[in-house]
Amino acid sequence: MPLTLADTLPAETNEREYLWTLNFGPQHPATHTTLRLVLTLDGEKVVDAVPHIGYLHSGFEKLGEHLDFNQYVTIVDRMNYISPIANEISWHHAVEKLLGIELTPRCKYLRTIMGELMRLHDHLLNVGTAALDLGAFTAFLYGFQQRENINDLVEYASGQRFHASYTRVGGVMFDVNNAWVERVRKFIKGMPATLAEVDNLLTRNRIFIDRTKGIGVLNKADAINYGATGPIARASGVVRDLRKDEPYLAYNDFDFKVVCAEGGDCYARYLVRMQEMAESLKIIEQAIENIPAGPVNIDVVSDAVLPAKPSVYRSIEGLIQHFEVLMPNRGYEVPCEEIYAATEAPNGELGFYIVADGNPRAYRARTRPPSFIHFAMFPHMIRGYQLSDVVAVLGSINIIAAELDR
Amino acid sequence: MLELKALHDQFGYDITESRFRDNRRFLVPSAKVYHVLEYVWRELGFDTLADLAGVDYLEYPGATDRFGVVYNLVNSVTGERVIVKTHLNPPDLELPSVVPLWHAADWMEREVYDMFGIKFAGHPALRRILMPEEFTAYPLRKDYPLKGRGERHNFPVITRAES
Repeated sequence: MPLTLADTLPAETNEREYLWTLNFGPQHPATHTTLRLVLTLDGEKVVDAVPHIGYLHSGFEKLGEHLDFNQYVTIVDRMNYISPIANEISWHHAVEKLLGIELTPRCKYLRTIMGELMRLHDHLLNVGTAALDLGAFTAFLYGFQQRENINDLVEYASGQRFHASYTRVGGVMFDVNNAWVERVRKFIKGMPATLAEVDNLLTRNRIFIDRTKGIGVLNKADAINYGATGPIARASGVVRDLRKDEPYLAYNDFDFKVVCAEGGDCYARYLVRMQEMAESLKIIEQAIENIPAGPVNIDVVSDAVLPAKPSVYRSIEGLIQHFEVLMPNRGYEVPCEEIYAATEAPNGELGFYIVADGNPRAYRARTRPPSFIHFAMFPHMIRGYQLSDVVAVLGSINIIAAELDR
Repeated sequence: MLELKALHDQFGYDITESRFRDNRRFLVPSAKVYHVLEYVWRELGFDTLADLAGVDYLEYPGATDRFGVVYNLVNSVTGERVIVKTHLNPPDLELPSVVPLWHAADWMEREVYDMFGIKFAGHPALRRILMPEEFTAYPLRKDYPLKGRGERHNFPVITRAES
């Protein structure tokens, strides 16, 4: 066994004297958002890392207890702001499970398409910035070109580019038209070229591989024990995807694969994300060609869904329905129950534990944020690697501080 | 597959099961919760702690206990999901930490402590995680107002010279 620095010291010397401490963040370009790490270094080797979080804590869960089921969607939008609609889908999935609402087929397909567009949106940014932190600038720009197109699609459907607040209890805010479907078709045609470009730039890039392969290894047992989900768990060989394991929306109708890898390192996470984008495209392709006709919201008579705006302005029935839903103690019949429901958000399992007390707002709206759980294993993943690997690992686990701190 | 009968045989008859939609919930007395969790972890393959949440039942209609702690467990092989729940009442707000079973519990327990003031005995570093260290209240308790109690105005201001 080779001698280490500690062996050469006299026994009574405190070896920590030879370690030095580096503060990383909270404002640092490679953290992407506001989070702070206190690194203990032995030369350039990371001995320990202590994350300090809470810089963006704004009490989302407390707000969830004071806003009703439709209002709170504007807040969950801002949790993982890299894939806003995925959060909305997850929140309303939990609410609809609580209320026992079965969506219309068209709404299920529409939400599925939106959810997969958000997966592309998230993975494109993550792959791009993970490479950007390692010095590869171009893939990031290619990714942003397509993210812009996705923003356009979201804007066309909802009127908002980013924080769309698109879903509602029992449906979505606006139905889409054929022109939107055409736009999605056009987007699907253009996307494989971008994926190929990113692939050409990174997958066999010597520098990128040297910086990511074998770095930040998370083995399968640890991935399970630390609660990893989503691409991070799948890159470590955990075959788990809620779209297959606990199917929701229309995922049962589509043919797609759960992408897994074995390495558990940053490179495996990159590969999983790239392949998942190809699978997402496959899902969108199948969904957009088979999108059912019919209403996008559940039946208005059920007292659960907001009526369309024209009918609110032009008919007495629509106006009455609007008031019925919005007035306290009218509208939904909420059971005095508790429920946990989760969806496969781009980052992992995004779940909501809702405690309801009969009021049209949650008594407790607990979020299970994937970023929070993934960041908790960061010290475990970085120990023993070099200082320059910190940004590689941080980029590969896709920490979104707004979701981390809520 | 976690069966109520197995829990009854092992831990006595004060454990109850309830279902809602597809959720299966087991209500366990707080003195037994660690033993039950260790049992399902060791014997039944619940190797993932998906979520650990606190709930304050202060204003909940018909509630007899003040706090609830909810453990959401997943068997990563079979995909089975169960929720184990326990109730706590002040002044005895302490539970055994489950970090020895699942590392994932580390930050989740810190968050429950931060937000509800429930302590976890045996946790490696039980300190506040989202709120600042000098914060004294527990913000997700129901008796804490939405807009706070003016703590924000009383935070110490750090000048550039002393930072």
